[in-house]
Amino acid sequence: MLEIKDLHVNVFGKEILKGLSLTVPPGEVHAIMGPNGAGKSTTSYTLAGRAGYEVTGGEIDFYGEDVTALSPEERAAKGIFLAFQYPMEIPGVSTMNFLKTAMNAQAKLRNEPELDAAQFLRTVRAAAKELNISEDMLKRPLNVGFSGGEKKRNETLQMALLKPRLAILDEMDSGLDIDALKLVAEGVNKLRAPDRSFLVITHYQRLLDYIVPDVIHILSGGKIVMSGDKSLALQLEENGYDAVINKAA
Amino acid sequence: MSEETDTLQDLADQKYKYGFVSEIESDFAPKGLNEDVIRFISAKKDEPDWLLQYRLDAYRRWLTLEEPTWAKLDYPRIDFQDAYYYAAPKSDSDKPKSIDEVDPELLRVYEKLGIPLHEQEVLAGVEQRKVAVDAVFDSVSVVTTFKEELSKVGVIFCPISEALKTHPELVKQYLGTVVPASDNFYATLNAAVFSEGSFVYIPPGVRCPMELSTYFRINAAKSGQFERTLIIADKGSYVSYLEGCTAPQRDENQLHAAVVELIAMEDAEIKYSTVQNWYPGDENGKGGIYNFVTKRGDCRGDRSKISWTQVETGSAITWKYPSCVLRGDNSVGEFYSIAIANNFQQADTGTKMLHLGKNTSSRIISKGISAGKAQNTYRGLVSIHAKADGARNFTQCDSLLLGDQCGAHTVPYIQSRNPKAILEHEATTSKISDDQLFYCLSRGIPTEEAVALIVNGFCREVLQQLPMEFAVEAQKLVGISLEGSVG
Repeated sequence: MLEIKDLHVNVFGKEILKGLSLTVPPGEVHAIMGPNGAGKSTTSYTLAGRAGYEVTGGEIDFYGEDVTALSPEERAAKGIFLAFQYPMEIPGVSTMNFLKTAMNAQAKLRNEPELDAAQFLRTVRAAAKELNISEDMLKRPLNVGFSGGEKKRNETLQMALLKPRLAILDEMDSGLDIDALKLVAEGVNKLRAPDRSFLVITHYQRLLDYIVPDVIHILSGGKIVMSGDKSLALQLEENGYDAVINKAA
Repeated sequence: MSEETDTLQDLADQKYKYGFVSEIESDFAPKGLNEDVIRFISAKKDEPDWLLQYRLDAYRRWLTLEEPTWAKLDYPRIDFQDAYYYAAPKSDSDKPKSIDEVDPELLRVYEKLGIPLHEQEVLAGVEQRKVAVDAVFDSVSVVTTFKEELSKVGVIFCPISEALKTHPELVKQYLGTVVPASDNFYATLNAAVFSEGSFVYIPPGVRCPMELSTYFRINAAKSGQFERTLIIADKGSYVSYLEGCTAPQRDENQLHAAVVELIAMEDAEIKYSTVQNWYPGDENGKGGIYNFVTKRGDCRGDRSKISWTQVETGSAITWKYPSCVLRGDNSVGEFYSIAIANNFQQADTGTKMLHLGKNTSSRIISKGISAGKAQNTYRGLVSIHAKADGARNFTQCDSLLLGDQCGAHTVPYIQSRNPKAILEHEATTSKISDDQLFYCLSRGIPTEEAVALIVNGFCREVLQQLPMEFAVEAQKLVGISLEGSVG
């Protein structure tokens, strides 16, 4: 359960989030939509704990615990996962090696035993197969020379292996053609579970055709101005952000 | 941006786990350098007269030489009279005949360093390949393992002082033929005062059955180490050799001026790897080893090959250019280097590839990493002589910067006197980006581990060249060397 209470966030001294409140119960998929500059990316980076996103008021509670002051890696170990809009390339580090390092690092932070090499291989291969990810892709340096679709499938693979309780998908559809989008959405849908919630951050409605949310929130001017069911997305698509937001105001 | 700078700056706090000092009684030569000290060293080693003359000639020449100043290194003038040129554990005066006679305190030192000096211990691991070790402590070799097993196939692996007694003709024939005593200021100094190092001879057609390695340890205070290594691979032979080095944490600077000579005859191959981890000094730049080393390989025979791989993480000052003289036709020279400089470390390192023979080829892959207030320079020369038809070189120099107070410099010299030569040079400079770091953090990987991961990825091409036994160790070392450079 994610509870964001009256969150105020400054980036480079400028207030971007101005009292954001939001609750995502376990097992639910919530979408945050909003026009450019509404604070969508700031929301995802702040939840993941990125340096430079200064919380000046309010708090982020995760399963009853205030995580506002935790480091990104501590949040990751508690089960908060951010699927990046633009996943980073790390030359010379194979995807396999990166996955292993991440899984073992989280296990260590949680005081759990690390996976042995055979267990790890089995787990990764099984998850990769589910997502149509080739052995070759696992051996290639992380995200280097990956197509847009491959990068997003790789994010989904990481999500599948790290088993977060909250997955934040930041503009998951950017840079994807419709076939790639379907494939990624299918991967995400397979990971829907009663103990896992999703926060889908998107500018366009089309992603929500494939990852169908329980609730849609509209973010504007640094706070949620309207919430509703999935029909809200269709209204936005038809009338545009301005009209819908103005009607709400 | 300032957040990134701050966090990167915090990393400038290095931990050096080999910094312990061992309480071992030592014999010293009188402090300072003069002809009497040289005679003392030569007498200690019970050397033949020609070698004493060689040393004295070198010393007299050295007196006429000036310290080179062309490197991008900044350090106070070295007082060559304020150091001991010979230090040896006392127990060595009755030289141990087997491992059982070695001072247990010495064995403990090597145990602490993780270097097995008992042959049985190495054999115990079923999957582990054998590695023969020559352990050099200050100015003497304390033990060499697997000597007997190696001698069965005709491989000679022993301290050079021993080779002078058992195979004087080989030493005399080859010593100083690749790096002459007149070569440069530090090589000349080494020729005058060298005290220990390894000697390797691989007979024709023999593939050395195990990795050979030498571990150098400077222990005594105010002492320098001047080792001399000579490796000869006769026709059609192969050897892989690794050197490692560590030193205690001391406030004063200590001098290390080594000379390494490699000779590869027809169809022979020498693979020489270095993991250099001398004490780098503390985070304020106090102490650390001054490392002035001359390493050169001579591809004397046709189709011979010499490959240098170095992982340079230690030393306050590194001045080192392992080179290849590609004399034989179709000979091959390689240089793979990782140089890490953190805090106040300064590294000026690279290679020289001298193409003399026809169809000679060389390959240079250099990865320089700078952090803290360190300066890291790649300096290299590729020289193609007029008769070297069909010569080829490929050079790639990549620099990685951590933080905004360090420097990376690339100084490639290219001279071609043959219009048909093919030379390629690529160079990049990059930083670990805030985005890459955050990506790792968001997956649960803590900062230091993330930096080590990214840097190891950056160095991968070079790490792959190391013998398997040492690759893992080197990867860890890369991480440790950069500890504290990102917060």
